[in-house]
Amino acid sequence: MIISDQELSQNVVPATATRRKSWRDSVGVLSLKTPAISALFIWSIIPLLMTIWFSFRRYNLMAPDRTGFDGLGNYRYLLTDPSLALAIWNTVLLVGSVLAITIGLGTLLAVLFDQEFFGRGIARLLVLAPFFIMPTVSALVWKNMLMNPDNGFLAFTMRSVGLKPINWFGVAPLTAVIIIVAWQWLPFAVLTLLTAVQSLDGERKEAARMDGAGPIAMFRYIIWPHLGRAIAATTMIESIFFLAIFAEIYVTTSGGPGFASTNLSFLIYRYALMEYDVGGASVAGLVAIVLANILALFLMRSFARNLDA
Amino acid sequence: MATVQLKQVRKSYDGFEVIKGVDLTIRDQELTVFVGPSGCGKSTLLRLIAGLEEITSGDLLIDHQRANDVAPAKRGLAIVFQSYALYPHMNVADNMSFSLKLAGIPKPERDKKVMEAARILNLETFLDRKPKALSGGQRQRVAIGRAIVRDPKVFLFDEPLSNLDAALRVRMRLELTKLHRQLRATMIYVTHDQVEAMTMADRIVVLQAGIIEQVGSPMDLYRYPRNIFVAGFIGSPKMNFMEASIAQVLQGGSVVVALANGATLSVPAVDGMAGAGDKVTVGIRPEHISLASSDGISAQVQTVEHLGSESYLHLNIASGELLTVRINGETTVVPDQQVQLKMEPRSLHLFNKEGSTMRSLPTSTA
Repeated sequence: MIISDQELSQNVVPATATRRKSWRDSVGVLSLKTPAISALFIWSIIPLLMTIWFSFRRYNLMAPDRTGFDGLGNYRYLLTDPSLALAIWNTVLLVGSVLAITIGLGTLLAVLFDQEFFGRGIARLLVLAPFFIMPTVSALVWKNMLMNPDNGFLAFTMRSVGLKPINWFGVAPLTAVIIIVAWQWLPFAVLTLLTAVQSLDGERKEAARMDGAGPIAMFRYIIWPHLGRAIAATTMIESIFFLAIFAEIYVTTSGGPGFASTNLSFLIYRYALMEYDVGGASVAGLVAIVLANILALFLMRSFARNLDA
Repeated sequence: MATVQLKQVRKSYDGFEVIKGVDLTIRDQELTVFVGPSGCGKSTLLRLIAGLEEITSGDLLIDHQRANDVAPAKRGLAIVFQSYALYPHMNVADNMSFSLKLAGIPKPERDKKVMEAARILNLETFLDRKPKALSGGQRQRVAIGRAIVRDPKVFLFDEPLSNLDAALRVRMRLELTKLHRQLRATMIYVTHDQVEAMTMADRIVVLQAGIIEQVGSPMDLYRYPRNIFVAGFIGSPKMNFMEASIAQVLQGGSVVVALANGATLSVPAVDGMAGAGDKVTVGIRPEHISLASSDGISAQVQTVEHLGSESYLHLNIASGELLTVRINGETTVVPDQQVQLKMEPRSLHLFNKEGSTMRSLPTSTA
């Protein structure tokens, strides 16, 4: 065949039309942008600055007479506190496990729910249902009706097959929290991934079928690469929420036993509202910000390729 | 290379029949075009052959082997889709070798086949590009390349040119015809565009509402349309039709018909079933009507379309029917002018009440 690359080169637009903005124009644009920018500034930068300010102050509500500049005192206290390392580790474990469960299971369910089967509409509705339940309510349901070692459904099931029931919140508190949060967030992953699966071009799937792709090759080479962007977006959104999980821990374990299920946001709560140490809580907040940024950097690195594809 | 045979093939969706008993043989090394208006079942028929849809009843034979229950990938066919359906995350080479990779063919052999296809399609310099970095025509060629590397018995094309702009479409049409000659492959090509069908096909299959209206070479269909549908579908601008009745049956099968405006025309060689007084439809192509100085059918010019090389006159004849006439580009005829029309008797088509032709067809047209 003899089609040259003219098709490509013909589309090149000559770059003569350079935009030269006048001074008056940029002032006009700036004045329009200012309200939005200043609202954002007040919204995010001022709380951050106040947190940093408090972190250097001696500020405990139980000791209102002892105020003033404390230097790195709060930092020294928190960074040598063994509960901080544990809280960071718990946060990473919680975010990582729930991400793995929701994305993994979500992909599987999304591919499944893309198939035609009897009762698909009802099945889709049921899989989405947990997302509509408030976190506190679902945590209470799990705590009192499902995972309760005396009269919970799981205990009943295990007893009826002759096993010893597990005292979830005593023996494996973090695992219990992970299960609850994963149960709540699986619908979100299914929803976004199912939409992505459905947006896959039908002719592309047919072309792969003609090329000899069975179900496994179809998933491996066609569906999985297609889901890349949706998975990246879901991971990012979920990470933001998982870093700040609080209600589920508060309702079920209150961060215990000890610090076994305390994550960073619950640690901040402990400092600020159980020990009334505003200075210490501010330092913990800054650690949380650093951790979130490390995670964000990591996510951006690994998914940036997918996002601009 | 291969033949494809369809025997009483039917397809229905939820009891609604879309392919209503198709019998067809696609000959070895021929380029067969399925053509028809949208919804006629031409794409469905192609998908039945490809195995992307299940045949409800009837037999599909590929190389004389029943293939109804053979998986699509095992039928030895390759399809080029309208949307190209390239894999966006793979480069051109991987797109083309995907089927070979799935078939477990070793890499050196895969590369050899891809290079060979790329050479035929002039894609060598694009092999490591992603589809999104290609133009429409190049994507089209990658889709064709993906078919070529499989060395299929039959190539299937599902409206492959409809996403291209007009100029590129004409060029790709020529390229495909050339490719067909070069590969000496059996090809089935689906289009709604009768120009593509006329220019590319060895044989055309005209479909309407799930049945085959006529099968034949492009010129056979042009000269001897079997019914009003084919007559109107093949040829551009479309054939003119006028209501008429048979005034007289002459010796030797010719008839004289009277048009609604009272003018009479004699039509040669009509089959024996005509009787005086029968209602018929007279058809004549725009290129077979000419302007006469006198003694013709009188008509009034409504509009004149100048295309440069030719002009189309749209005329009213006295009965109120609208005719299109194709004349040379330098015409001086203007709207509202009265003209006289001459119709060549040999170019007249006569259709009975049911819409079937009343002329005896040569045996080569089915």
